[in-house]
Amino acid sequence: MDFDLNDEQRLLKDSVDKLIATEYEFERRKRYAAEPDGWSRALWAKYAELGLLGLPFAEADGGFGGGPVETMIVLESFGRGLVLEPYFATVVLGGALVRHGASAAQRATLVPRIADGSLLLAFAWMERQSRYNPADVKTTARRDGGAWILNGEKSLVLHGDVADKIAVTARLSGNQRDRAGIGVFLVDASAPGVQRRGYPTQDGLRSAEITLVDVRVDAADTLGEPGDAMTLVDRVTDEAIAGLCAESIGVMSAMHEITVEYLKTRQQFGRPIGTFQALQHRAVDMFVALEQARSMAIFATMMAGEADPTERRRAIAAAKVQVGRSGRKVGEEAIQLHGGIGMTMEYKVGHYFKRMTMIDRRFGDADLHLATLARLGGLFG
Amino acid sequence: MDLSFTPEERAFREEARRFFRTEIPQAIRDKVAEGRHLSREDIVTSQRIMNGRGWAVPHWPREWGGQDWSPIQTYFYQDEMQLASVPSPLPFNVSMVGPVIATFGNEAQKRAFLPKIANLDIWFCQGFSEPGSGSDLASLRTTAKRDGDEYIVNGQKTWTTLAQYADWIFCLVRTDMAAKKQEGISFLLIDMKSPGITVRPIQTIDGGREVNEVFFDEVRVPVSNLVGQENKGWDYAKFLLGNERTGIARVGTSKERIRRIKQLAALEFVGDMPLIEDARFREKLAAVEVELKALELTQLRVVANERKLAKGKPDPASSILKIKGSEIQQATTELLMDVVGPYVTAYREEREEGWNEPPVGPDYAATAAPTYFNWRKISIYGGSNEIQRNIIAKAILGL
Repeated sequence: MDFDLNDEQRLLKDSVDKLIATEYEFERRKRYAAEPDGWSRALWAKYAELGLLGLPFAEADGGFGGGPVETMIVLESFGRGLVLEPYFATVVLGGALVRHGASAAQRATLVPRIADGSLLLAFAWMERQSRYNPADVKTTARRDGGAWILNGEKSLVLHGDVADKIAVTARLSGNQRDRAGIGVFLVDASAPGVQRRGYPTQDGLRSAEITLVDVRVDAADTLGEPGDAMTLVDRVTDEAIAGLCAESIGVMSAMHEITVEYLKTRQQFGRPIGTFQALQHRAVDMFVALEQARSMAIFATMMAGEADPTERRRAIAAAKVQVGRSGRKVGEEAIQLHGGIGMTMEYKVGHYFKRMTMIDRRFGDADLHLATLARLGGLFG
Repeated sequence: MDLSFTPEERAFREEARRFFRTEIPQAIRDKVAEGRHLSREDIVTSQRIMNGRGWAVPHWPREWGGQDWSPIQTYFYQDEMQLASVPSPLPFNVSMVGPVIATFGNEAQKRAFLPKIANLDIWFCQGFSEPGSGSDLASLRTTAKRDGDEYIVNGQKTWTTLAQYADWIFCLVRTDMAAKKQEGISFLLIDMKSPGITVRPIQTIDGGREVNEVFFDEVRVPVSNLVGQENKGWDYAKFLLGNERTGIARVGTSKERIRRIKQLAALEFVGDMPLIEDARFREKLAAVEVELKALELTQLRVVANERKLAKGKPDPASSILKIKGSEIQQATTELLMDVVGPYVTAYREEREEGWNEPPVGPDYAATAAPTYFNWRKISIYGGSNEIQRNIIAKAILGL
């Protein structure tokens, strides 16, 4: 058992941390947010240059052979920076779909383009009625000779507004919530019949509503087994959740540090407010919640590659519960301990709070994962 | 980064599991699992079996029976002990006074006391708290005045756990009345048979009588029973309180109690449905399991970090283990009570000789509420959770 990073991982952490500390200073972030895409294309090129975009892919496919720990390092740092670029959508979500669902031939064309920054991906699994259930799919896929025809509406597609290719779940057969009968199709965003409407999300990222009307997808452009893709979707979802847990640690750590710093400097009644025990203890409870979440984020990272899907889901669900609950506590307390200044858009702590709040709403909130874990019989004998 | 254990570590875990489950009598382990009180005999028997194998004091210096275990081995030893419902070796002996004597005592004291402390031939109790000195321990007022080769001790200690079984008591006493409060304190070993000592039980809300008041009236103590230097007792007390913080999380105990909760929840019915099938109950339980899993990993992180810290230097992060560990243990006692339901209400006084009458309701009902009541203590003793928060605020957050 070893919680230390190896030399290469430490090097990666140092370089990403340095990049974020300089390039993602809070005022700069505001400028990136004001760019046309809502993020910085220049920084995207820099990520490519640093090897971050090809990080999780096998070297044989044109990647850098990083594993879950490497992704955790990057996302924790990105959490600290509140990074706006579509890294999670393209490299984590899209990357997992490609790594686990694409053929060797597909990977040979996709991975180099992801790695060099020229291909942005999005994963469109959600629909208006599906809430957190990725198997609740009304969008249809109908066979037409050597192609598939997709029809339906996808919602809250993270960075779907800029993606060059969109991985879409669609139903080949069965009822609306059947796990069987679902496929994942890699749709060209510029294909006829694809309409998208982009909009900002609460945390300053972007998402899109996507309509598909008789969109033709070549039979070669499927991920996983058409009609049997839920194992792929589950695996991708679990990796994505592990990634969100890592990002959350960065977000929570930053909130906690900013808050403690504020307690040390803010003067009231002639002394720093951090000398008041009522506030000290609240800062400590934030710290305890953060450390508990950090432990579970590490657990999720270690279990993200677990082959047994039930064991994996158990661990991932537990981590999402802890991170969701800790995140809410740390976030709400960060605002409260700041007082009025924490309420302002101008000050950074609220932005971390908003990001943390939205993370809980991605891929199932703490309540949903608690119910899942309870159904699976918990964690201990 | 790797959460797996080496084959040697896993083999050690197996060895510990086998030892605790085959060598420690089932009857003693059942009592612990069911939340019944242990007799003096039970505790002595269990510790002597462990000491026979060299496992009563693994964290002591090698020459006095320590094992030089890695932090992981120590962790597995504690976890397996708790999972098997084996009573911990008497903490006053092995975690408190033993390490103090081994570190600060003279050779004669080490030879006279350490082997007997390890084997529980001598039972020590702890004389720290006083009626006016709880969290503010250094305000203690029990005095020891030098008179030739003896000290004369006067005062009162309280919350003295299992003093009724004790042969000796280790005490913090004031030897310099003029000094600042931390600086006039000494660490004395006192024979409980000394004339002038009176022990009076305090009954706690669970009905138990495990804590006591201990009164000292002109008690004569040989100067040779002073540990270390006069007026340096506060340093030894801090050393003592900083020891063995990782065991305090009691992750294994909580895991074992969760197993028991699930077992009993399968026996209790709500209408036609076993309670364990109830979604709301399962979620309540799962929420505790999540915190416990997180605590287990937090503990392993603290353990891993121990290797990097100077030996004997407590990691303030271990205060997290105390806070969370006690909260989770308390949560499991609440759940256990919830499982038992209405039959927690029937009171049966704890008696060493047991009961012949049939229990009211299921036989597992009687201990549920007392255990819940009794477990409120764990967020109070050993530095209350509020004191732990003070420690984190100061030592980690720099507030």
